[in-house]
Amino acid sequence: MSAAGQDQSTLFRGDEGELRLKDAKSVRGTPAKAMPAFILGEELADLAEADPRIVVATADLANSSRTRDFANSHPERFIDFGIAERNMITAAAGMASCGLVPYVATFASFAGILAAEAIKTDCAYPRMPVRIIAHHSGISMGFYGTSHHATEDLGMMRTIADLTVVCAADANQLRAILRASVDHPGAMYIRLGRGRDAEVYSEVPQDFAFGKATMLRDGTDLTIIATGSQVHAAVVAAGRVAETGVTVRVLDMHTIKPLDEAAIRAAARETGAILAVEEHNVVGGLGSAVAEVLVDEDRLPFRRHGILDEFSLIGPPAALYAHYRLDADGVTAVAKELLKIAD
Amino acid sequence: MAEPEQFDRRNLSEAYLAERAKFIRLETLRLTRIAGAGHYSSTFSAAELFAALYYGHLRLDPKNPNWEDRDRFVLSKGHAAIGLYPILADLGFYPPSKLDDFTRLGSAFGDHPDMKKIPGIDFSSGSLGHGLSIALGMALAGRLTGRDYRAYCMLGDGELNEGQIWEAAMAAGHFQLQGLVGIVDRNQLSIDGPTEKVMSVEPLADRFTAFGWEVHRIDGHDLSAVMATLSALKPAGVGKPQMIIADTVKGRGVKYMELSLDWHVGNLVGADYDDAWAEIEGGLQPFVREDA
Repeated sequence: MSAAGQDQSTLFRGDEGELRLKDAKSVRGTPAKAMPAFILGEELADLAEADPRIVVATADLANSSRTRDFANSHPERFIDFGIAERNMITAAAGMASCGLVPYVATFASFAGILAAEAIKTDCAYPRMPVRIIAHHSGISMGFYGTSHHATEDLGMMRTIADLTVVCAADANQLRAILRASVDHPGAMYIRLGRGRDAEVYSEVPQDFAFGKATMLRDGTDLTIIATGSQVHAAVVAAGRVAETGVTVRVLDMHTIKPLDEAAIRAAARETGAILAVEEHNVVGGLGSAVAEVLVDEDRLPFRRHGILDEFSLIGPPAALYAHYRLDADGVTAVAKELLKIAD
Repeated sequence: MAEPEQFDRRNLSEAYLAERAKFIRLETLRLTRIAGAGHYSSTFSAAELFAALYYGHLRLDPKNPNWEDRDRFVLSKGHAAIGLYPILADLGFYPPSKLDDFTRLGSAFGDHPDMKKIPGIDFSSGSLGHGLSIALGMALAGRLTGRDYRAYCMLGDGELNEGQIWEAAMAAGHFQLQGLVGIVDRNQLSIDGPTEKVMSVEPLADRFTAFGWEVHRIDGHDLSAVMATLSALKPAGVGKPQMIIADTVKGRGVKYMELSLDWHVGNLVGADYDDAWAEIEGGLQPFVREDA
């Protein structure tokens, strides 16, 4: 188990050597080392160079989201709405109706939960191309506590028709998501961590497509289906579980909606067990979404792993990830329990 | 900027606008009967405002509903759409026959307007408290894209209880969006009673003034006052957002409905329907408060 108080990025650094990606290709020669929230403003600024429709907004969190980097290069297309998230998201819908493509960023707890109705009524229902950037999701706000944790947002967003819901595993995947999002029809909820996620993709994945899961590793005894921050933990855990002699498939289910049901069905038929892992309540999120697909399939060992329907404790993020078994050690342990592999 | 050919405003007169306001009220009655229910009294309070805006003021082109330079109009009190649909048909956005199956299964026309289904509706609405933020975004987009349209938003007075209205009001003042025009249909009642008893909104002019708006308070049934105020609006640009508080009477035009809590939504049958129709046909009579 990792030490309480250890920074998450430090925690994961020693594990990076275990990652293997066969098909990742560089796009536009982007360096791979930056971390998600930290590249947000910079990548949007690049995209805005080529596309005058792009505008960026925040609700008094320009530094937390690094949208400050966009503001510095495109001040005329950057809007700070102050601490008024619903107004920001609804106004973005108004802008979108006039031909703009707004990217609006705030903490996930205020985007996906406080402003959920604005996302439903003003963005998804009229199919406005608003991109809601929900950063610092899950329990990544650590000791800021329950008010700042977002372990319900995927469940709420997932029930909204015509909304694309996607989670970034790392900086390179976020770049791919942002590039693919510009001309994607309809509204989109893009869920990020706190900008310190360990690298999963060594380069910007060129084959990224919404609704198409990425297989990061193949195997037949177990499939770990993970999203967002948990993809890295899943990859590391898969490597450790494989040391016991079994083989493990890992699916990066970056898009929660529309869900890649075919990849889930294939996993159910081709592998012996399924473990869904998310930094979110197991009620309503990725695990629930996977269960909804599996209910049509022959029964196989299946487990949802995440926050077990409780308000999370406070603590430094790394300590929380360890406590909830949402780090590589924890996911490894849960996977072994599912496969009945003794430690 | 050159305007495309628009509907004929050459013979525009106050009498013509009064006739259109009557048309709006009668159509509201007809559509209420098709639906079996409708928000007639909230439409009656806004009939003169609708008539002045759509027949006498807004820059729009029914043949090109998506014209990028058109004025935007957001009906934040979406439940008054029953009064707006007939206007859009009358102006030529769609054939009037489209309204014959109002609210029936599969109809584009429900109690609240859907921009994806109805030409001329600039944004979907229904959930109160959103519209001013939408229009704020439209005005911001106008500034960013260098277009000189105005973004109008018609608000209910009870709706002003919603907190998001004041988020938008604050932002509009901060961003100095002169091209944003709010119109409050101050018809004095929300569902549970007089606004000042349910949750008071006054002093309304002072409140918007304090948020950085230029405020005009007028009689919303006085067509000459409404037209004069609309005509005097400042163009889109940097300056105070503009708010018209239109003092109106909920249910105006049908005596038994005026400021009555019994007639917010529902069907009208028999003598109620016939009496309302006849009274509207006769034209607006002076309003007399019951307690006067």
